Formats: sequence, structure tokens, C-alpha cells
Amino acid sequence: MRIDKDLVAASATPLVLGILADGDLYGYAILKRVSELSGGSMQWTDGMLYPLLHRLERLGYVSSSWGTSEAGRRRKHYAITPAGQAALADRQEQWTVVADALRQVWQAAQQPPATTERWA
Amino acid sequence: MELHAEQEAQIGRWRGWVQRRQAISPADVDELEDHLREQVADLRATGLDDDEAFLVAIKRMGNLDAVSHEFAREHSERLWKQLVLLPEDAEDAGAPPWRELGVVLALAVGAGLAVKAGTAWLGDEAVLARNLGLLVLPFLAGYFAWKRRLTARVVAGLLVPFALLAVVLNVYPFVPGGSTELLAVLHAPVVLWLLAGVAYVGGRWRSDGRRMDFVRFTGELVIYYTLLALGGAVLVGLTFGALQVVGIDLEPVMEDWILPFAVPGALVVAAWLVEAKQNVVENIAPVLTRVFTPLTILMLLALLAVLTAAGGLVDVDRGLLILMDAILVLVLALLLYSISARDPLEPPGLFDGLQLVLVVAALAVDAVMLTAMLTRIAEFGSSPNKIAALGLNLLLLVHLVRTGWLSAGCLRGRRPFAVLERWQTRYLPVYGVWAAIVVVVFPLVFAFA
Repeated sequence: MRIDKDLVAASATPLVLGILADGDLYGYAILKRVSELSGGSMQWTDGMLYPLLHRLERLGYVSSSWGTSEAGRRRKHYAITPAGQAALADRQEQWTVVADALRQVWQAAQQPPATTERWA
Repeated sequence: MELHAEQEAQIGRWRGWVQRRQAISPADVDELEDHLREQVADLRATGLDDDEAFLVAIKRMGNLDAVSHEFAREHSERLWKQLVLLPEDAEDAGAPPWRELGVVLALAVGAGLAVKAGTAWLGDEAVLARNLGLLVLPFLAGYFAWKRRLTARVVAGLLVPFALLAVVLNVYPFVPGGSTELLAVLHAPVVLWLLAGVAYVGGRWRSDGRRMDFVRFTGELVIYYTLLALGGAVLVGLTFGALQVVGIDLEPVMEDWILPFAVPGALVVAAWLVEAKQNVVENIAPVLTRVFTPLTILMLLALLAVLTAAGGLVDVDRGLLILMDAILVLVLALLLYSISARDPLEPPGLFDGLQLVLVVAALAVDAVMLTAMLTRIAEFGSSPNKIAALGLNLLLLVHLVRTGWLSAGCLRGRRPFAVLERWQTRYLPVYGVWAAIVVVVFPLVFAFA
């Protein structure tokens, strides 16, 4: 199953912040984690991750530092900041509300006759 | 993990490709490359071969245009920071950035002082007009001499013709208000500009590539200068209006101080801006040429229709002939500029066809002009003005015919585009030689009339 593009875009920021809340990572590792978490169904255009990370950095939600990979290449690591943690908590609340509302809708949709009769 | 040489070459090419995007900084390219290599390594671990792994990794990276667009949205300053006066990382620049700014400002003020001194001491307007170029250009050339660290030989090679020109312009006993004087005033800047060009290319005036750089520089300078002039005009106009309300008349200050300093000073500053960052305008140049080439074609066709409908070419007004010369020079400048802005490796396209149409239209206008001039000369005899105009027209004719011939060949894919470029750069000095002849020889031949 492929996830709709807009949904991926909307969930990108909380996903990245949430993943970084577990520990510092570099770009490729973040994407791998996204893929693992969604069972491979959330495919990002890899190149788009970096402008997003840069935006989060500009907003002060993450900080970055250059390190070296095992192979000796330059590698940029990202870490969540306290402001990012606050933003994550805020997003989490929003998503909980959305997910909760959706769950109720799905439940209602599964048993339509009973409910409509009761309301009628 | 070690990758094969072929893979390294592929990644190198990809890197070069990404680096050409203005919005993606070198550090970002490093970041993306690290990503790409990780991806390739993981894909190979799943059993793909080198090429497949590379292709899939590139595909996952996404459309480079879209990615670059995202970078640009996030880093819009990158497209403009080129214009920031001082480069941010000073280790890239050889000289300390403040020094260049200091030199530029000193030269700009120097040019202003020279013009101011000229107006004060030379008094006579005609004498000033002859010397204006001589007063300003050394400062521009001086900037290039400083920037390119010209050798003493090149500097001497520039000073000799400059001195000769200065002597000719001031020693010749021009008849006041005569046409040879006016011709000298008009043609001396062309010679001076080519001398500035020699300074610009750091003395390597034989190189075609460097000559093309100078063409590019000239076009961009015109754009920057126009922008500076517009901005300056708005600023001065507002100050003017505000002061007038208070009852202070700015006009004397304007004439005596602001204009003599601002006009030549802006030339030096504009040259520096072009030098400081060519890339910004490089993106505008192709757009401008694409907008103005079709418009110029329309203009030429309209003129051609009017000229042929007018009938008797003998009666054509002299003023019209001079105007038409100016138009043809403008067309040529547009042509040169659009050729300089073109990527020589690109296959011929619609725009190259349009350019050929432009050349043909200009040729037709030039042919009409030449007929008109020859009939006038046959009818009324020759004069310095007519011979100068005729000479320029013949030069333009040769330039255009060969350009049309070569670009037709390029369009049919028979010749590489570089041939057309080389013809332009090879031909340029001819105009300088002609201008020098008009300045130096014409007054002698026509007894300074």
C-alpha cells in the first residue's frame, strides 16, 4: 500500500522529530527508520528530506553537527533541541486528536444501520 | 565499503551535476552524496549490481529539479547572497574582501574627481567631450589591472595606445563644430573600450574564450549600470522633491557635484558588481535575449517595410541613416550577447532559428541602408560622415553575412556551435581598428573639417 503524498508531507515533521527524540541520527538513517516504522509503505523522495531538516534547523527544532562516517566521509548529524521537543509534544497532541476522531469515524462507519436506527 | 572506479566516476558526475544548482550549497552536496553512497551500499547488499544500485539510489533521491526547488524555497537567500558585497567565507577569496571594496570605491571617487577636474579646467565643452572617455576609462582599466595583476609589459602595451589617442584627440586642430571632431568623439570610446577589454582579459587578448568573457562582461555591465542608474534616479528625484518643498534648490549641487561623481563612479562600481558575481545576471541574460530577439525582429521588419514603402532612397533623411546605423549596432550587440549567453553544447533549437531570422532581417535592413548611402554619395559626393557610416555598414555587412552563413550551418547540425562563437570573437577587433582609423586618419584626410 502506498500512502498518499499529502499525508506523507503532513506527517513528515512529527515523524522526523519523533525519530530524533529517540537519539541523534543522520539523514539516511532517519529515512531508513521511517521505512522500518511504516513497513516500507511510507516512501519519501530521499532528496526532499534535507530541505525539511534544514527548515527544522532554521526553526530551531533540531541542531546539526558535522561528523565522520565509518568510511571517513563527512556526515551531518541531527539532534532534537528542547524547542523541538516542545514542538513534538504539541504535534503529538494534535495528531492524537486527529487519530481519535478518525478512529471514531471508522467505528461508526463499520456499524451504520444500528446507529442510524437509534438516531432516527 | 570500496566502490569500483566506474561507480566513483558515476558519483563524481552526479556530484558535478548537483553542484551546478545554485540553491544547493557544497555542504549540502556532501550531505546528499553521503546519503547516495549509503543507499548504494545497502542496495548492493541486497544483491543488486553496481549499476542497478546506482540507478535505484538516484531514482529514490528524486527529481533533481524538484529537490533543488525545495532547497531554493528553504534557502532563497542562496540565489541572492551572490550579491552580498563581501564573500562570507573569506578563505575562498585571495585578497581580504575589504581591500577590494576599498580599491573599487577609491577608483570610483577617482573617476569622479577626474571628471570634475576636467569640467573645471578644460572649460570648452567640445574639448571636454573629446576627453571624457580618456578621463574615466583609466580608472576602470586600473581596477582590472589591479584585479588581474597585470604584468608591466601589458600595462605598457595599454599605456602607449592610450597616450597616442590622448595626443591625437588634443593636438589635432579640429575645426570647431566640424564633423571629423564629432566622429572622433563618437569613435574614441570604442577604441578605449577595447583597451579596457585587454585589461579585462588580463592581457590574454588572443584567447577566444576570454574575448567572449569580455562580451559577456560588457552586456552584464550595461544591465547593472542601468539598474544603478534607475535606482540613483529614483533616489535623487525623491531628494529633489523633498528639498524643493522645504525651499532648497538642489539643481546646482546636482549639476556640479552629484552627476560628475555618480555617472563615472557608477561605471566602476557596476564593473565590480559584474566581477563580484556573474552568476546572478547569467540567469537573466538568456531570458533577456529571448524576450528581445523576437521583438527586435518585429522592429526590423517594420522598419524595412517603412523604408521600402518610402520609395526614393536618395531623399532619405541623413538623420534616419544615422539612427539606422545605431539600430544595426544594437542588433549586433543583442546578437553577440545572446551568443555569449548560449551553452555551446546545447543542440540547435527554435531560438537559434529565431536568431537566424534576426540576422537575415538585419542584413536586409543593412542592404537597404547601403544602397541609400551609395546613392547619396553618388548624388552629393562624399563627406567624413558618409564615409564613416559607409565603413561601419560594410563592417556590419561582413559580420552579419558570415554570422548568417555559419548559424545556418549550425542549425542543420553541420557545424558545432563553437564555430559561430569563434567568428564573433575573431571579428571584434576589426571594429576597434576601424574606430581608430576614424579617430586618427579621418581628420587628416578631411583637413579637420
